Amino acid sequence: MEWEVVIGLEVHAQLATQSKIFSGAATAYGAEPNTQACMIDLGLPGVLPVLNKDVVRMATKFGLSVGAKVSQRSVFARKNYFYPDLPKGYQISQYELPIVEGGQLEIQLDENTSKVIGITRAHLEEDAGKSLHEDFHGMTGIDLNRAGTPLLEIVSEPDMRSAKEAVAYLKALHSLVRYLGICDGNMQEGSFRCDANVSIRPKGQKEFGTRTETKNVNSFRFVERAINYEVDRQIDLLESGGKVMQETRLYDANKNQTRTMRSKEEANDYRYFPDPDLLPLEISSEYIEEVRKELPELPHEKRQRFQQQYALNAYDASVLVSSLDMADYFEAVVNTVGSGNKAAKLVANWVMGDLSAALNKDLLDISESPVKASQLAGLIKRIVDNTISGKIAKIIFETLWQEGGDTDSIIEKQGLKQITDTGAIEKIIDEVIASNPQQLEQYRSGKDKLFGFFVGQTMQATKGKANPQQVNELLKKKLDG
Amino acid sequence: MSISESDVLNIAHLARLEIETTDIPKYAQDLSSILELVEQMQTQNTDQIVPMAHPLNATQRLREDNVTEPNQRDLAMAIAPAAEAGLYLVPKVIEEQDA
Amino acid sequence: MHTKSVAELATDLGSKKISSVELTQHFLKRIQQHDNDLNSFITVCEERALADAKAADEMRQQGKAGPLTGIPMAQKDIFCTKGIKTTCASKILSNFVAPYDATVVERCQQAGLVMLGKTNMDEFAMGSTNENSYYGAVKNPWDQTCVTGGSSGGSAAAVAAGLTPLATGTDTGGSIRQPSALCNLTGIKPTYGRVSRYGMIAYASSLDQGGPMGRSAHDIALLLQTMAGFDPKDSTSIEREVPDYPATLEAKLDGLRIGLPKEYFATGLDANVANVIDQCAKNLEKLGAKLLEIALPTTASHVPTYYVIAPAEASSNLSRYDGARYGMRCEDPKNLEDMYKRSRGEGFGAEVKRRIMVGTYALSAGYYDAYYLKAQKIRRLICDDFNNAFKEVDVILGPTYPTTAFKIGEKLQDPVSLYLADIYTIAVNLAGLPALSMPAGFNKGLPIGAQLIGNYFTEAQLLNVAHQYQQATDWHHKLAEGY
Repeated sequence: MEWEVVIGLEVHAQLATQSKIFSGAATAYGAEPNTQACMIDLGLPGVLPVLNKDVVRMATKFGLSVGAKVSQRSVFARKNYFYPDLPKGYQISQYELPIVEGGQLEIQLDENTSKVIGITRAHLEEDAGKSLHEDFHGMTGIDLNRAGTPLLEIVSEPDMRSAKEAVAYLKALHSLVRYLGICDGNMQEGSFRCDANVSIRPKGQKEFGTRTETKNVNSFRFVERAINYEVDRQIDLLESGGKVMQETRLYDANKNQTRTMRSKEEANDYRYFPDPDLLPLEISSEYIEEVRKELPELPHEKRQRFQQQYALNAYDASVLVSSLDMADYFEAVVNTVGSGNKAAKLVANWVMGDLSAALNKDLLDISESPVKASQLAGLIKRIVDNTISGKIAKIIFETLWQEGGDTDSIIEKQGLKQITDTGAIEKIIDEVIASNPQQLEQYRSGKDKLFGFFVGQTMQATKGKANPQQVNELLKKKLDG
Repeated sequence: MSISESDVLNIAHLARLEIETTDIPKYAQDLSSILELVEQMQTQNTDQIVPMAHPLNATQRLREDNVTEPNQRDLAMAIAPAAEAGLYLVPKVIEEQDA
Repeated sequence: MHTKSVAELATDLGSKKISSVELTQHFLKRIQQHDNDLNSFITVCEERALADAKAADEMRQQGKAGPLTGIPMAQKDIFCTKGIKTTCASKILSNFVAPYDATVVERCQQAGLVMLGKTNMDEFAMGSTNENSYYGAVKNPWDQTCVTGGSSGGSAAAVAAGLTPLATGTDTGGSIRQPSALCNLTGIKPTYGRVSRYGMIAYASSLDQGGPMGRSAHDIALLLQTMAGFDPKDSTSIEREVPDYPATLEAKLDGLRIGLPKEYFATGLDANVANVIDQCAKNLEKLGAKLLEIALPTTASHVPTYYVIAPAEASSNLSRYDGARYGMRCEDPKNLEDMYKRSRGEGFGAEVKRRIMVGTYALSAGYYDAYYLKAQKIRRLICDDFNNAFKEVDVILGPTYPTTAFKIGEKLQDPVSLYLADIYTIAVNLAGLPALSMPAGFNKGLPIGAQLIGNYFTEAQLLNVAHQYQQATDWHHKLAEGY
């Protein structure tokens, strides 16, 4: 049978505030355990929550950026359950009336295909602390630094049909929150976390199949793997006559598999009700308009601008704007090189090609690139002004990557300057022709393919420094001469 | 609304309360009579009435995003039943051991 | 000295007739003498009190004294006090020392009030007899075999016995007014949001409100002045100016429209109490007020509605007492769940467990709409009742409690009969209105309280009416024998 995969994602984006959502404790990552957990975060008796202004602004920004309805009235509710990382015995979240409802995000799947993914809702809530399961005399250690950190939970519609689409959506969302400056997007530190709801159904069937929720998928790669694992598992189950159980599963990156999480409780009964310590959050339409004015250039707007301003094609532009850092890097290089369209295309190729490949190889983010925008610009400048060939440029890039420095001094030091002196090139060509009489004869008797042989020999003799275009022209003249 | 002894145990579990076996019948009886009292609400017609969670029509006030709480770990740990290395210690969750 | 009013004591302090240290020593001595019998204090903090008193005397020396500087008082053990145990009368918090002060405590301290100690109460403020205390029942100074009422029973007994001139209380369904009525005191539950709840241990957050208890309207006006005011640490605190309460006490009552809800004088009300309230109404009429009968049609639903909303909020508010970070942890927990269940099972008393279970049930899947949501809807109807009433009248008068104090142990086995007796006090909390109880007479030597309910933020008016009544009567001057 042919199966259709149905995926919805729930993303928890940690909002980039200084202090917690309901207390004045700091949110910095990596602090000593429990040094950023104040009396409110610890759930001491009698202490009370007061909402952080900036989380409202950030959620509003997000809502506007995905064309959602920003609710003028939203309500905080308590989700009640017992767990040691949850100090009050309830999590303050939004349930019936979230701050953001509806919305959509367009994702680019390949050069010609894009797709719109629906966003059901986004709501504000507080994060829980962490349980450390190392052995403390048979006990578990609890660090509540993270308790009370503001989260925006963004829930998508079940609109994705493959792990690839899910990753594209997740990347687009990741890029968006970074553009908005509302989340640092650091997945290793857990600032951007994803739970995947996966189900399958026979192709053509309208009803959804039973879904599982896979938690703890905290990198783009893992999302893809976890979903694919889960899809295969569900297909195997159904095809062998079994049934998919609605459950929460945990992705284990080491084993690349998902497994049932021992349910915290037989059936969770969270007893949601409006938090009586907090009043309804009301937002005026003036406030919403004020926030709208603060919105930065969004990815799709930047993409359009890149296409127009730099004459890039849609695909290149969409790749470049997929991360704010990459877009900024690209523009920094273009601006240093000079803004001719040809240069822009060349810069785009370098950023998306050699630079991205090198970053991927070393598992680095563009913000961590050892070759800074100014260095890459210096390199590309020399390609544009014909000082070096593209081939030499790759060698220099490698040096920049490994050892740092700047292009001009590398050219100087290693003598990599392109040979553009016609006389010099002619001299070398003459030598090449003279030492290969046999090939010359064959060529002249019609074996055209040997032209490449002579180009190769010439380039080799100049250690790649001869201007390839000139070599071509001069060789042709001499050989056909 | 009558609450059975097994209802008492279910609710007590949800609320994480240990109830002495000998006390269960009394709780069942008390909860039943309380719920019987509560049932009298049903005589009040509330069609079209919007629920009210708060007595005043006030709305949520917001605080500036400033760090105002310094590190208070020592104060907090001083009253903890069990703590070590800056961590609160609690018994292990047995359910996770074989997962 | 302990029979003097707060204003008189303040005058004596001001004229240096007595120092705060002397005054404090006097009350500490009285606590020593009488509290073994009454059990009104959970913690007496002698050292702290004397230090506070000394500081108050110095403040006065430097000319920085306010109206209450140097006056001793007691805090209900529900208000967190930095460095001094705060138990909420629960075993689960029996070792709890808060690293912070409640806003109310902070304000009292800033005003130069001297904290004598922390008063007994029903555990987590759940109860109306003060029998639900881990530290034992409080005895009523008017008859030591009787209850004080609750939950602020310790505060009531301590003031009634002259162990402190003033005390704080909290009121979720009558916990200031009912023990005030049963112990011949004046106590006010302010408008919801008037007094900060920060550091006041929550029972039911949307109903809880702190307030003062004392022997007269004038006395409590002074303490309310200190307690009330906006607090940025409490999201439900109201940003609104606090009027000068003592300033308007002397206004005459001419033309004041007083409503008597017919439902408050129906079956269930003890005939002797009814007579006393009638007499009280007539006295107020003589002072220039007009009496009007009004209706509060939702009255029959008040108790059922309250006993859904309060336990629902409580069940969640009390989840934090889990033995993990502070408070009591059971011995040798076998695993996490065992720690939760035994710490809470052993740490909470029977009434607290009952209410947690009722609330848990009311919020659980399948019952939420029928119980919690239904109660929230009736809550709006109750508000509407009062809003309608206040179109016709300025204040509402009725009994505070259907009976006088009853015997300790008499109603322990029947929680529902106790719940039903909360009938006159509960709606005020659901609506968030201010209400005051004042001494209005006696039956067989036991005090009876009259309740005045006002519109939102009319504390000044309630205190004015009570003060005028107290100028014309002397019920509030009567003291229990032996004190």
